[in-house]
Amino acid sequence: MPSMSGTNPQLDLGAIRERLAGESGPQYWRSLEELAGTPEFQDYLENEFPQVGTDWRRPLDRRNLLRLMGASLGLAGLTACTRQPLEKIVPYVKPPEEFASNQAVYYATAHLEAGYGTGVLVESHQGRPTKIEGNPQHPGSLGSTDKFAQASLLTMYDPDRSQVVLREGLTSSPASFWGALTVLREQHFTRQGTGLRILTETVTSPSLSAAIQAFLAQMPQAKWHAWDALNPDGARQGARLAFGEPLHTYYNVKAADVILSLDSDFLDTGAGSVRYARDFAARRRPEEGKRVMNRLYAVEVSPTSTGSLADHRLPLRAVEIEHFARALAAKFGVALAGGAATGSPKWLDAVAKDLNDHRGASLVIAGDHQPPIVHAMALAINEKLGNLGKTVMVTDAIEGSAGAGSLKQLAADMNSGAVETLLVLGGNPVYTAPADLNFKESFLKVKNRLHLGLYNDETGALSHWHMPEAHPLESWGDVRAYDGTVTLLQPLIDPIYGGKTALELVTALAGRQGTAHNIWKRHWRLDSKNAADFEGRLQKWLHDGFIAGSAPAAREKAVVSGNLQAVAPTAVAANLEVSFRPDSTVLDGRYSNNGWLQELPKPITKTVWDNAVFINPITAEKLGIEPTDVVSLKVRGKSVSGPVWMVPGQALNSVTVHGGYGRTRAGKVGTGLGFNSSAIRHNDGLYADAVEISKTGNSYRVVSTQTHGGIQQWKEMDIEAANRKLVRVGTEEELLKHPHFVKEMWEAPHPALTLYQPYDYGKGTAWGMSIDLNVCTGCSACIVACQAENNIPVVGKDEVSRGREMHWMRVDRYHKGDFANPAAYSQPLTCMHCENAPCEPVCPVHATVHNDDGVNQMVYNRCVGTRYCSNNCPYKVRRFNWYLYADWYTESYHPMRNPEVTVRSRGVMEKCTYCVQRINRVKIEAEKQDRPIKDGEILTACQQVCPTQAIVFGNLNDKESLAAKAKADHRNYGLLEDINTRPRTTYLARIQNPNPELGAA
Amino acid sequence: MDKLDTRSGALVAQGPAAVMGPGHNYATITDKIAAVPLKWGFPRFWIVGFVIAVAIVQLLAGSVTMLFAKGTGIWGINIPVGWGFAIINFVWWIGIGHAGTLISAILLLLKQQWRMSISRFAESMTLFAVMCALMFPVLHTGRPWLAAYWLLPYPNTMGIWPQPRSPLAWDVFAVSTYGTISAVFWYIGLIPDLATMRDQAKSKWAQTIYGMLALGWRGSARHWVHYEIASILLAGMSTPLVLSVHTVVSFDFATGLIPGWHATIFPPYFVAGAIYSGFAMVLTLAIPMRALYNMKDFITDWHLENMAKVMLATGLIVFYGYCMEAFMAWYSGNVWEMFMFKNRAFGPMGWSYWALILCNVAIPQLLWLKSARTNTIVLFFISIVINIGMWLERFVIVVTSLYRDFIPSSWGTYMPTRYDWGTYIGTIGVFLMMMLLFVRALPAMPMFELRLIMPKKGAKH
Repeated sequence: MPSMSGTNPQLDLGAIRERLAGESGPQYWRSLEELAGTPEFQDYLENEFPQVGTDWRRPLDRRNLLRLMGASLGLAGLTACTRQPLEKIVPYVKPPEEFASNQAVYYATAHLEAGYGTGVLVESHQGRPTKIEGNPQHPGSLGSTDKFAQASLLTMYDPDRSQVVLREGLTSSPASFWGALTVLREQHFTRQGTGLRILTETVTSPSLSAAIQAFLAQMPQAKWHAWDALNPDGARQGARLAFGEPLHTYYNVKAADVILSLDSDFLDTGAGSVRYARDFAARRRPEEGKRVMNRLYAVEVSPTSTGSLADHRLPLRAVEIEHFARALAAKFGVALAGGAATGSPKWLDAVAKDLNDHRGASLVIAGDHQPPIVHAMALAINEKLGNLGKTVMVTDAIEGSAGAGSLKQLAADMNSGAVETLLVLGGNPVYTAPADLNFKESFLKVKNRLHLGLYNDETGALSHWHMPEAHPLESWGDVRAYDGTVTLLQPLIDPIYGGKTALELVTALAGRQGTAHNIWKRHWRLDSKNAADFEGRLQKWLHDGFIAGSAPAAREKAVVSGNLQAVAPTAVAANLEVSFRPDSTVLDGRYSNNGWLQELPKPITKTVWDNAVFINPITAEKLGIEPTDVVSLKVRGKSVSGPVWMVPGQALNSVTVHGGYGRTRAGKVGTGLGFNSSAIRHNDGLYADAVEISKTGNSYRVVSTQTHGGIQQWKEMDIEAANRKLVRVGTEEELLKHPHFVKEMWEAPHPALTLYQPYDYGKGTAWGMSIDLNVCTGCSACIVACQAENNIPVVGKDEVSRGREMHWMRVDRYHKGDFANPAAYSQPLTCMHCENAPCEPVCPVHATVHNDDGVNQMVYNRCVGTRYCSNNCPYKVRRFNWYLYADWYTESYHPMRNPEVTVRSRGVMEKCTYCVQRINRVKIEAEKQDRPIKDGEILTACQQVCPTQAIVFGNLNDKESLAAKAKADHRNYGLLEDINTRPRTTYLARIQNPNPELGAA
Repeated sequence: MDKLDTRSGALVAQGPAAVMGPGHNYATITDKIAAVPLKWGFPRFWIVGFVIAVAIVQLLAGSVTMLFAKGTGIWGINIPVGWGFAIINFVWWIGIGHAGTLISAILLLLKQQWRMSISRFAESMTLFAVMCALMFPVLHTGRPWLAAYWLLPYPNTMGIWPQPRSPLAWDVFAVSTYGTISAVFWYIGLIPDLATMRDQAKSKWAQTIYGMLALGWRGSARHWVHYEIASILLAGMSTPLVLSVHTVVSFDFATGLIPGWHATIFPPYFVAGAIYSGFAMVLTLAIPMRALYNMKDFITDWHLENMAKVMLATGLIVFYGYCMEAFMAWYSGNVWEMFMFKNRAFGPMGWSYWALILCNVAIPQLLWLKSARTNTIVLFFISIVINIGMWLERFVIVVTSLYRDFIPSSWGTYMPTRYDWGTYIGTIGVFLMMMLLFVRALPAMPMFELRLIMPKKGAKH
């Protein structure tokens, strides 16, 4: 044993004795850790118990050989003793009060996406995680999350997750897996790791990076490769190109007055988007009498949430974006090899001028999917504008995997036979790898293929060994946030299916073993410069969920020194171009089996359960393509077919396809949906020109929650929405000059105009909500949050196509303008809790009634399901259980449900309740403490998750509450006010800040 | 008999010949009508019809079994179109059920002799139509096992009564009252004839059964006095019901705020529509029946023509309703109403509106022609067209108002499923089956009343 070789154990035991002897007075000790209190002792303890390996680093001399042989003979008679010590989470004998009373307890941990983490607080009821919320202290969250964090809860409880160790597809045991791993380790160790490769996704985790480095130090010939379909190389390579090293950049969006997005959906996707959205929104709240709003320009291929919020949006093909960036960079004197001018020169001049007018307070953001040169140019422009260190933060690289080899190299090596053993630690490269790498064929040439994954997916199925991976909610670990802050993961629940983390596997591969907790803790103890009071700090870190101040300092001086001139401009071809993107709800396929995300209407298109070939109706008409056609796309000899979806605002002469579909082994939910866009993707970039498109003659129905029928009907819908002033839009200029313009768009009737005696809500509490359309990105995190909070079922594509989706909340999207480049507006809609609720008088059985606080309530037990309330609801926000939608039979979903919310049965109407369970929880607490409810104490699920804080909820009778203040705003208006429903939920109008030089937005 | 003669006083003036074929006396009337139920065996057309009707009822049984097993999701309804075939059919059947009471009650009070030969028939039809109609409000709910009694005002441990503001609760009262009064009226009217049947029957079984049903009717003057009082009272009670039932049914829509529903014209226009469809259904049934049972002497062409005139009149009222709907949509200047009408007539489901206009307005204009009114083939065709048209009217009201309402993002569409059709057609099967059983078991025409309006001895015609 390694630690036995030294004198430490003896010393440590001695130290304990010494310490015990040295103390005076009565001594009580609860644990050996507390007793010894020294890092060495703990190191010894942690190594002592789980340790079964031998120190292979020691040279094998004669004595050792004999000793080993003797031991081997002796042990041969015993059965395998590789069983890990059990580390169980056991129920309390005498539980603390909050456990016994089933009160919610919150633990801080992190949500992982593409290697980056966002701090979250997970609500747990009696040891069952039931809801994920943002961590208000965490810089990447500030209390909000994105839709994926919300939905990851469902993934954890997914019964289709891989549950057992598989050896060539057959059930095996963890012991056999560890045995096999040890054998492989021995084999490669003697050859310094030759032929051994590991493949990870993006790794920012300090402990995992360190473990991999430790392993690589042991086996210098082994190699680490990284491949992440969500985190393409552009930004990394771009930074390398600009700075000469892969520095990390992040943005201070709040400080920017003028922002240019070069095909970046920074408000909705990618690490930091939650924080960026919050910071962006902070500058989008008009104030009376002064100009405060920032201005956003967006250049993009496909419409995104970011584009929909832009004051000026310019659709350009992917190749043209590079040229646009070149032309812009040239204006700021960046030395470049020239490019062809594209887009609108007027637009370019106006943007350049606006950026120049706001030096040091402007920001150019290149999209994740842009090629390195665009990232490099964006950095160069930011430097010229003096934005570095102000709006653009540059720090040391934080990705441990930045130096890892690429998937292309790995594929080449596998092909040449150089790879003997490959460990795939997470990810699903067989499915996500670009087609031209022929990854699957190469992969099958590897002699030993091991896979660690949440699902026994396409990669797992082709592996010799498959090990279930622990879900982040089941794991100990760490990760860095968008700004580098170390964010900790702690398990909410024992791994349901005995999953392991990459950290455990890599540690085992390096010859050390231990439980996930031990390994992780050991890293941080050793990493900790100050050994004293490590436990105390660890407790604080775990409590906070992150290590404050662990973000690398922004570099004061970062100089763009790279030679950008060396990169020749990409030739602009006139033919059709295809862009590749991860799907906006299932990403690269990691959420393919997540029903919440499959059924979540994708921002802008509102399609569900499918991917499609996004094409502008104008381009489609030119090509003779009809809305339900299935087309075949052919790129350099590889082809795939999929249905088209008409997307107004898509750059002309381009199509966009999304990943995450066409899965063959996703699980019961995700298998067989859509088409696999990787089949035509090549490794050299995220777009390709010279696409041949042809109609296959088939038709296919992509389902959208919002649009039915043909293009003309869509148009009619948008025109009617505009006529009805559903989304009221103006400019900051207009608002300053004429503050009442929003209210003057429509006349509301006198409140007394009602047949029934109005109820006086003036006393007590009057709950109300305000939704700020100016900052709603349409990201739809609220929908998933609502679904998780309120036990809302998933109904499937067929039912959605019949108009039976169950979401209590929806985000409507309306277009304005021509198909080439229309404005897009998002409008979240929940139950309006009308004071004159039309649903109430028509219910024959009193199943929907008002309470004193003005909340329109649904009494499920009383409902017989006449659906009259829904017919009479002008907002159509009620949802009906046409079948028994709630899954009563899948055991693993039972613990996931919110115990405070009824699981609805068949034949019952349901709808938004303003999260009445949350209201009552706080109300009871306040009553117990005999105090009024504080403003902001009650957060509805949608409000809590909203990255931009577009949703505000509170007591309207409290004139100081945020909700009451929002209602007093000039921008406030109610939807369909003229039919005198008197909705409690109202909207704040959308205010744009267009550049006068470019005219109206 | 004197008293009864006064009732038939208006008869002679109107031309008795048209009310009944020539050459009938008390005996022939009784024999001819009573013979139908009393004759042993079943006519071939009856067996064929009954087999078909029962087969169709199986469709209903199958559809309803699926409905209970799976839920209302098997139908084509959705959000926004929360009501579909079930409510359309409900209103349609209730409408059809209006003819019987109108004929028996209002025409009785108006002393219209020509009503007599068709009254029994129409009343039975009413009863069966109401039975079919009553199935739908229960079946259409999400939880029929609760809806079946939670809508009734009964004292319960939960201390909850039905919601008095809901038109659905009003429906329960309106339709159940109507059903009850119709059944009582129908049965009271049957009693003298049941006694005749009892007396005419040869078999012991028939005598016993008809005897029990006749409640000891002996035809004494005292009986007749009480009978007359009961008839007039029930007619008086039924008369407002004829107007109120469909008025209340129309409130289901009129009190809603959906454009296309929210209209004050609905009550009169619904009542007219109900009578329109009721008479159409009487014609649809009477024309083949009088041919099959050779009853042309009792249901004469004059009867048919009178019914055609009622249809023409009520059809024009209905048309006026359509015109007013369009006019008010424009005149109100209301953005919702204007869009509703534009969408109803020219939207994706505009076909249903124009089909309705064709069936309910265009084709029935043929009834202006006497030649059409007296041609049974044409009349039969028109009556079928009106039945379809009135069904379409409810389709247009229910579906084309709901599928595109206030918020365009939630616009949807509606496509009935095979279970929708199965349930609808299934109730037609129930209706036919009940009608066939009725003509087989009971006198289809009031013999005692026909005896009254029999042409007097020596009267010329």
